[in-house]
Amino acid sequence: MKEENGPSISERERDAGTSGAGVGAGAGGGGWFWRWTMSAVAFRLILIYSFPQNLDLSSRPEVSTPVTSLRRLSEGYWLKQKSMSPYSGSMYHGSPLLMLLLGPLTVKSTQGQPDHMLCSLLFVATDVINAMLIRATGQSLQMAFGRHVKALDLAKLSYHPGALPSGDIAAAVYLWNPFSIIACVGLSTSSIENLAVLLSIYGACTGVIPVAAFGWVMATHMSLYPAILIVPVILLLGNGPDSPPKKLLLQRKHPDSDSRDSCSGKQETLRDNLESQNFSWSRGVCFFLWASFWGFYVMFLSGLIMREHGGLLEMFKRTYGFILTVKDLTPNIGVLWYFFAEVFEFFRSFFLIVFHANILLMTIPLSIRLKHRPCFMAFVCVAISSMFKSYPSVGDSALYLSLLALFVNELTDFKFAFFLFCGYVGVSLLSPVMHNLWIWRGTGNANFYYATAMAYACFQIILVVESVGAMLNHDRLLVKLSAMTTKPTGEKSST
Amino acid sequence: MAGNHRLNPISLSLIVIFLLLTTATADEHEEVFTEELLLKPLPDRKVLSHFLFLSTSTAPAESNHRHLFPKSISQLVQKFHVIDMELSFTQGRWNYENWGGYEPLSSRNAKPPGVELWAIFDVPQEDVDSSWRGLTHSLSGLFCASINYLEHSTAYSTPEWGFQPSSGSLRYGTLPREAVCTENLTPWLKLLPCRDKAGISVLMDRPSIYRGFYHSQRLRLRVDKSGSSGTGSVIRLEQTLTVVLQPSYQRASFDPRIAGLQPSWSMSSLFGRKISGACVLARTSNVYLHLEKNLIATLKGMQQENFQAEVESSTLQNSFGSSVFELSDHPDEIIKEVNDSQDDDLSHMYKFSLGRLTVSGPFDLGIRWKKPVLWSCPKLPLRVSRFLMGSGNERGAIAITLTSPYKNEEFTLASGVLEACPLTINVFQVVPWYIKVYYHSLRLAVDGELQPTEDAFDKLRVLPSEDKVSPGVLELVLKLPCGFKSAALTVEFDKGFLHIDEYPPDANQGFDIPSAVITFPKFHPSMQFDIQRPDSNSSLFTGFEERVPVRAYTEVLLVPLTTPDFSMPYNVITITCTVFALYFGSLLNVLRRRAGEEERLLQSKGKKLSPLAQLVSKLTAKIRGRPLASSQSRASSSPFFINKKLVLKVVVVAGIAVAWQLFSN
Repeated sequence: MKEENGPSISERERDAGTSGAGVGAGAGGGGWFWRWTMSAVAFRLILIYSFPQNLDLSSRPEVSTPVTSLRRLSEGYWLKQKSMSPYSGSMYHGSPLLMLLLGPLTVKSTQGQPDHMLCSLLFVATDVINAMLIRATGQSLQMAFGRHVKALDLAKLSYHPGALPSGDIAAAVYLWNPFSIIACVGLSTSSIENLAVLLSIYGACTGVIPVAAFGWVMATHMSLYPAILIVPVILLLGNGPDSPPKKLLLQRKHPDSDSRDSCSGKQETLRDNLESQNFSWSRGVCFFLWASFWGFYVMFLSGLIMREHGGLLEMFKRTYGFILTVKDLTPNIGVLWYFFAEVFEFFRSFFLIVFHANILLMTIPLSIRLKHRPCFMAFVCVAISSMFKSYPSVGDSALYLSLLALFVNELTDFKFAFFLFCGYVGVSLLSPVMHNLWIWRGTGNANFYYATAMAYACFQIILVVESVGAMLNHDRLLVKLSAMTTKPTGEKSST
Repeated sequence: MAGNHRLNPISLSLIVIFLLLTTATADEHEEVFTEELLLKPLPDRKVLSHFLFLSTSTAPAESNHRHLFPKSISQLVQKFHVIDMELSFTQGRWNYENWGGYEPLSSRNAKPPGVELWAIFDVPQEDVDSSWRGLTHSLSGLFCASINYLEHSTAYSTPEWGFQPSSGSLRYGTLPREAVCTENLTPWLKLLPCRDKAGISVLMDRPSIYRGFYHSQRLRLRVDKSGSSGTGSVIRLEQTLTVVLQPSYQRASFDPRIAGLQPSWSMSSLFGRKISGACVLARTSNVYLHLEKNLIATLKGMQQENFQAEVESSTLQNSFGSSVFELSDHPDEIIKEVNDSQDDDLSHMYKFSLGRLTVSGPFDLGIRWKKPVLWSCPKLPLRVSRFLMGSGNERGAIAITLTSPYKNEEFTLASGVLEACPLTINVFQVVPWYIKVYYHSLRLAVDGELQPTEDAFDKLRVLPSEDKVSPGVLELVLKLPCGFKSAALTVEFDKGFLHIDEYPPDANQGFDIPSAVITFPKFHPSMQFDIQRPDSNSSLFTGFEERVPVRAYTEVLLVPLTTPDFSMPYNVITITCTVFALYFGSLLNVLRRRAGEEERLLQSKGKKLSPLAQLVSKLTAKIRGRPLASSQSRASSSPFFINKKLVLKVVVVAGIAVAWQLFSN
């Protein structure tokens, strides 16, 4: 599998790299995109059909965590069929709705059909839908950005941010990311969780509140961590999609209104439009209503399923409780398993709180600083939670990498791109080797595998920090550019 | 005063009646102790010795006084309301192929390695667990063993019908790793009225009995509340010690003519001791030599070949001993097995009563073989084995194979098999929680052909394990057609990863999966013996007559689990926290960089500073640990304000510290 991954990684990174370097050869139309989509789907189908044993990917620790493993899901479904609680046995820890949806597909039918074939097809379809959602999100972001650029008259300058079709690139990155290919072929339910997350971001970007609420509720229901996405989603709904800093818009507005009153009516309405994009509470309230509606609906359905098996309390204990208390210490690509296998029992709850607070509390400075770029903030939140979640898998990485690719235009001065690319490749090659040495051959040691997990965490941290830094720099650049166009008086007013 | 000395007839008669009553009640609450030893030559040139001590007490459970019955056991019954309990300490594994499987002795006394304890309690369902916990602690103290490890809910299970039929108050637990030694035997012997000072327990010379191939010390406690209204409760304490020993080869090995000869042995050569007399407290004290059915048949066959022994076979003592073997002592009685069928090749029991030994000196039963004899023992209906599949420390599978020991034509002829078609097999398997079994992967293959999962199992009960709470229990009934050669039951599992404190001291040795219990509920091997004087006290014979289903224990499996580095906790904590700090620090730094930038912007076109102000700003920059450039502008604007701020901060921190001190005090 790894041999086949090599070229595709480089493919993706070349995409990202070229865009990062700002070469940005304008890709002609959507034709190439559909070709890439078709080939990605074909590649997946080839992998699924020609290697019916799933290349043994479904048991890889990188792909199937206790939360996303399809095998555990089918165990839960089997227990449910035997009129036991699906959560008895500490095997299944996912959503009961997902179990009822996917469970029947995992039962081996007797017609000589290969195992999990229908399920694989479902996952391929999910991946395609994910890519389409990313593409649509990217397009809406680009439209919004184009509007702002026009409003700010930035196009007059030597600044052409909208050169790349970021939505197409991000979708292609998602489809050809070896991580998402592995997660799809390895039958990890993380792609369905990704679907819910993307649905919520897409809904928020395009302003379809019920969809956003549904996605958020489902994502939270399935894996809890997307709960922090409520901040970017509400900001998205309230402020609209990503825009240059609000201050910049206001700063542009005021000198304009002072000097040039006799502007064309069209431009005036646009500016009014921009100004009226103050935080709209009504949309937030609407989102809350929809979210509570969907939440109650999901709870009701889960309650129906869990009626004879301890009710919702049991479900929360076995899903959220399991995620929050890191009970399963099976090695994965995260950092928490080894920590909690080694840490003294006395400190366990303290560190559980600290680590989860790290994810949760970072949303506050992020929402202060990136409130004008909620979609980017959603990317940062997803990346942070996939870094430090208790059972991370490569499916989560696939999600945030493709969300990152949505901002190829803004992140032109992204530093360390090549270094990070090498780091990702190196870790994804070394980690299975170390795992094999430790678990299968018994010649290695837990520390080797843990070291790769640490390195992976460090690379992810660098990626997030650098991307946030690059985005803020980009905003600064916008300020500078606009400062160049406006009179020095405008600058004074800004200070 | 005088009136007291004068006994009128009425009071006399009253006293007499009272005395009679007390003796009567004493008789009613009688306590009986019997001791028996069964010796049996085994086909693979070993000797089985089975010691059986039975103490019975009919006294009510509330009474505190005991004559013979061990007080500690009766207190167990009193306190924990045990109805039925069995505790066994075993070392070695019973060889079902060579030592017999289809017979009462093996299905009762073959036990899994280590400690096995099961108990049925006469308490409400919700109190069963607390009774079990108390019982394990008491037994742990009583037998100097780590039975108290069975108190954790991860160590015991509640079988419903797989082990034996129960009404939910049965608890079952095993400790496969427990080493069995003298320290467990001594307290066990203390329960006997004569300990190992007199009677047949004298033979228990520690080095010789622990040298054996199989050593199982068992304690079975049964309380019969069959008597009306609780008064007639009978406590039966059955203590058995089953040892398989290897007689020394010395004499046989030197003679080339008799290479296939069974080794001759005697009690003194096996145990290094002789019996000096019966335990005077024992009601019966007997030694039996058991020659099993196939051996008798072989001997008869040999006799018919050289028919000079025809005449001798009619005599009672050493009926055919003269030609093939010779006993060192005359048996008091030869008890023959009786059967419904007209088969006359049935097993024989040579009975030696120890009651007569007071006159004839120490008793040393021996057998000397003259001719090589080969025979086989009654085998299990199916050969049972269990093994692990897969490699590596991530996952694996448990396989239980059941193979037919017979050829096709033999199978139908084998005793009692025909009516038991299709074969019903109960499988009971307890799996510790760190072996995470995927029960949906349970598969049955008969003769290499995978059976459809829906109708492979006649009855299935799965109690999945819960992490750190309870073990997984698998109980299932298989119905297999009679003509099959082999059946394999497989179930896959993932290996769990434990916290470093949960590993035992020698973590790399691996973890044990307890034996699976395979029961054949349709097979009840029982032996009826033709006893002249029906002696109800001989628990050996009542045990042989009891219809107990054939039971077999599989091997204990050793599963190696992956171990973390046990020396790493500090390193892991510090490195992980460093990574978290790196994340938190660098991300926050990036997020708050705006202020610095703007200040730099200001400073670039800022005015010149006076030297004093520069110095102050440098100082404050030093104190605050910030780069000079960023703070210069602010320092220049209001150095005193910053100082004030600093002072304010110090005051706030000090205030918090003081408040904390006060609060914590």
